Amino acid sequence: MGIQRGHRARPLEWLAEKFIFLVSLSAILMVFLIFLFVAREGLPIFFGKTNTALVQKVIPPDELDTLSPVQLQEYLELTPQQFATMDKETLKSLMEVKQEALDEIPVNFRNDPDARINTTGWRYLLLPHQWSGYNKPEYIWQPVGEIQKYNIIPLFVGTLKVTLIGLFFAVPLAVGAAIYVSQLARPRVREIVKPTIELLSGIPSVVVGFFALLVMATVLQKIFGYQTRLNAFVAGIALGFAVIPVVFSIAEDALTSVPRSYTQAALALGASRWQTAWQIVLPAALPGVFAATVLGFGRAIGETMIVLMVCSASVMSWSIFDSARSITTTIAAEMAEAVSGGPHYRILFMLGALLFAATFVSNMIGEVVINRFKLKLEGRR
Amino acid sequence: MNPIHRRHFRTEKFDFTSFFFSGLTGLATLFILGILAVILLNIIINGWRGLSWHFVSTIPKKDFFDVNTTGVLPMIVGTTIRVFVMTIFVLPVGVITAIYLTEYAPNTSIVTRFIRAAVNNLAGVPSIVFGLFGLGFFINFVGKGLDAIFHYPGVVWGQPALIWAALTLAVMTMPVVIVATEESLKAIPPGLREASLALGATKLETIWKVVLPQALPGILTGGILAVSRAAGEVAPILFTGVAYYMASLPSHLTDQFMDLGYHVFVLSTQSPNIEQTRPILYATVLVLLMLTFALNIVAIIIRARVRKKLRALG
Amino acid sequence: MAELILPKINLPEAKASTNATGASLIEIEHLALFYGASKALNNISFTLGEKIVTAFIGPSGCGKSTLLRCLNRMNDLIDNVRIEGSLKIGGHDIYDANVDVIELRRRVGMVFQKSNPFPKSIYENVAYGLRLHGVKNRLGLDEAVEKSLRQSALWDEVKDRLHSSALGLSGGQQQRLCIARAIAIKPEIVLMDEPASALDPIATTRIEELILELKKDFTIVIVTHNMQQAARISDQTAFFYLGELIEFDTTTKIFTNPAKKQTEDYVTGRFG
Repeated sequence: MGIQRGHRARPLEWLAEKFIFLVSLSAILMVFLIFLFVAREGLPIFFGKTNTALVQKVIPPDELDTLSPVQLQEYLELTPQQFATMDKETLKSLMEVKQEALDEIPVNFRNDPDARINTTGWRYLLLPHQWSGYNKPEYIWQPVGEIQKYNIIPLFVGTLKVTLIGLFFAVPLAVGAAIYVSQLARPRVREIVKPTIELLSGIPSVVVGFFALLVMATVLQKIFGYQTRLNAFVAGIALGFAVIPVVFSIAEDALTSVPRSYTQAALALGASRWQTAWQIVLPAALPGVFAATVLGFGRAIGETMIVLMVCSASVMSWSIFDSARSITTTIAAEMAEAVSGGPHYRILFMLGALLFAATFVSNMIGEVVINRFKLKLEGRR
Repeated sequence: MNPIHRRHFRTEKFDFTSFFFSGLTGLATLFILGILAVILLNIIINGWRGLSWHFVSTIPKKDFFDVNTTGVLPMIVGTTIRVFVMTIFVLPVGVITAIYLTEYAPNTSIVTRFIRAAVNNLAGVPSIVFGLFGLGFFINFVGKGLDAIFHYPGVVWGQPALIWAALTLAVMTMPVVIVATEESLKAIPPGLREASLALGATKLETIWKVVLPQALPGILTGGILAVSRAAGEVAPILFTGVAYYMASLPSHLTDQFMDLGYHVFVLSTQSPNIEQTRPILYATVLVLLMLTFALNIVAIIIRARVRKKLRALG
Repeated sequence: MAELILPKINLPEAKASTNATGASLIEIEHLALFYGASKALNNISFTLGEKIVTAFIGPSGCGKSTLLRCLNRMNDLIDNVRIEGSLKIGGHDIYDANVDVIELRRRVGMVFQKSNPFPKSIYENVAYGLRLHGVKNRLGLDEAVEKSLRQSALWDEVKDRLHSSALGLSGGQQQRLCIARAIAIKPEIVLMDEPASALDPIATTRIEELILELKKDFTIVIVTHNMQQAARISDQTAFFYLGELIEFDTTTKIFTNPAKKQTEDYVTGRFG
């Protein structure tokens, strides 16, 4: 039999396999790159290497040689890459520019204690501070102005407000509908309703935001009668619209994947459909429903356009009827005006990195829970 | 008397709890459907009047709040082109990755688990973070690098551009393509692959001649979903290429572009007189929705045709 | 290290003279197969005759299908499978390191238990293997497809709808199509894994008649759990039990006067 042609007679095949493998690695590469390049821009803030104090010790350009490269790099607030590309002449002229800028600070600022503060220090990013002109310590995010205030707490509060409102609104509705479609309604209903609800996820968030701004804000104000028309409450409800399809889809899948045998056993014992759903199926599907909520949460904190269109002011307030700025909307709204490489720019990137980390974690949790749930259903745990 | 021993069964007592809660969940479903209906109807009713051939085919002047001279042609073109360029990148990479995961990857390998985890994580990254990624990586790193090599000291690639927005969107929608392709590959019975291999085909030949043709509808579905998602996204393009106003249509990969979604945002939040802008705004939203749906429908038709062909002939 | 990709093979016509050359002689010596740590086949040794029908019989799980799949190395597709001993076809050990598996599978064809025609036309199904191995011109393909379909007793039923979907055929027709597809590339050996088990009695009869015709041109090895079928169509029979070869002899002897008691118990239906 003429089969002695050699096992590796097909280099093309082998090459193609390697190529396919390499392309597949791109997914890992991308996640890695995203984190790397977003965190990279925010790193100086993270490590406290920037200084926004208006009044700083001026180092005359003549003294360039007395500084070590590290000190010089920090004084001029350059990244290592930028620093490496510059020659002595450029560095000297940069020092001159900085000296001029520092000299130009108006006299009244020289006496203002605020002017000496490095507002990008962690203490000012997280803790309240009593700024000049205020009578008590406040959390203030106000990057525009002579003295830039970068406290990120209002942003966290804003994010939390709209996210929680969104979840409180969306999750009961979505899970309720999931129970109905999966367990209580006729199979025909499921075939029509499920894709229709999933259609809701096909509406771009810009459109949901537009709808919230133009229609919902006015309607809700008429119903509830609060003062600020465009507030966190409206934004949260609109956010809920975007979260509902996500939670519904996953919860419904989880409920439907509970084996029919459980349902039939309960019904055969005389339980009503509702009792079966509530007492047997839902508890069995609870990990899946939990995962749906976690993923809905991830979706909610990552949503930008809806909250951007509804709310505009950044107010530090726990009231849901006040306006709110979330982390995502702040990045979206202010990046265009932030000087590239400046402290504002870097803080926005740092916030982006934090957001990425948060959704990364919530995603992992959701994944692990869903996997365990599936394994349990298959009887492997 | 013990109820079980009764000869006949009385009608059951009315189970209030079950009825109440069933009703509640049914109402929840109706409410959600109602929201969907209200949004769509509101847009259609208010936007319909603003639509006209003139509207979709005109390039507006700088003051696009002027009802008489406004148009959305550049936005339609911008949205369509960026999505089209994105597809060129995302389909091959996504399909190849799905092929690897389904046909080649050893299930126990740790690399496989990492790839899957990475795909799932990509799916959950907030859209604004993709925008930052586009800015920090594509524009500031790749773009500036290209400039340093080819155009020093000018700036051609190192600024917001169509190509960067499209690439950013490709990264963002990759999981969609991968998941849809994987599903369709898994749906193909293993018997088909076995038959091909038993005839002396190599794995690659089997994938190319038997598996992929069968998986085509699923791959197209993935493409549709990716396209319709990307067309509606605004956050990722905010820093990577969208422009407030462009006097002409984009023609090069380095051009900036206008966008329907972004235009909705601008009209909603920055118009000097919201009452006057209302009709334009609604019409723009309607165009955006129609475009998304039209893209969907075109692809669904293609998918149905391919399915029919595969079923009937060879 | 990279081998040359050799030029296309001209498919040889099956000639009577190959009868005695031993080119399709299957010799199994001390073959053992492991799925991970568990042993599925133990110390199998026998030689199959050429251009005849050999049947593998035995109760479920005895390893007959596993052994069959060794003959065209389809077991390679399963993770964790290990082979010991030797399996020679035409004098060459097919598990040798420099054997081209693809070429092996062209020479040793397979028909599966559940018919698996491709979702293509009838013509394209049969032509698939031909195209794979180099036959490109339309005329050559047309001839080969017709010849295969005739050999599989399917031609008359499908000649007017060669380009309609194969999935529109009945179960029995689909299986005959799979046979046509397998023999189109002129293998020397055809392996059949319970080819008629999913078919109704009439279709089964047609397949059996087909096999009796085919053995003029091909060496056939068939796995079957249907003893009467084995008795009807095979020339030699091998009886397996729990991964071991219990007895191998002419079919007549196995079914009328088996040497081992176990064999007798199985063929008379005392266990199964």
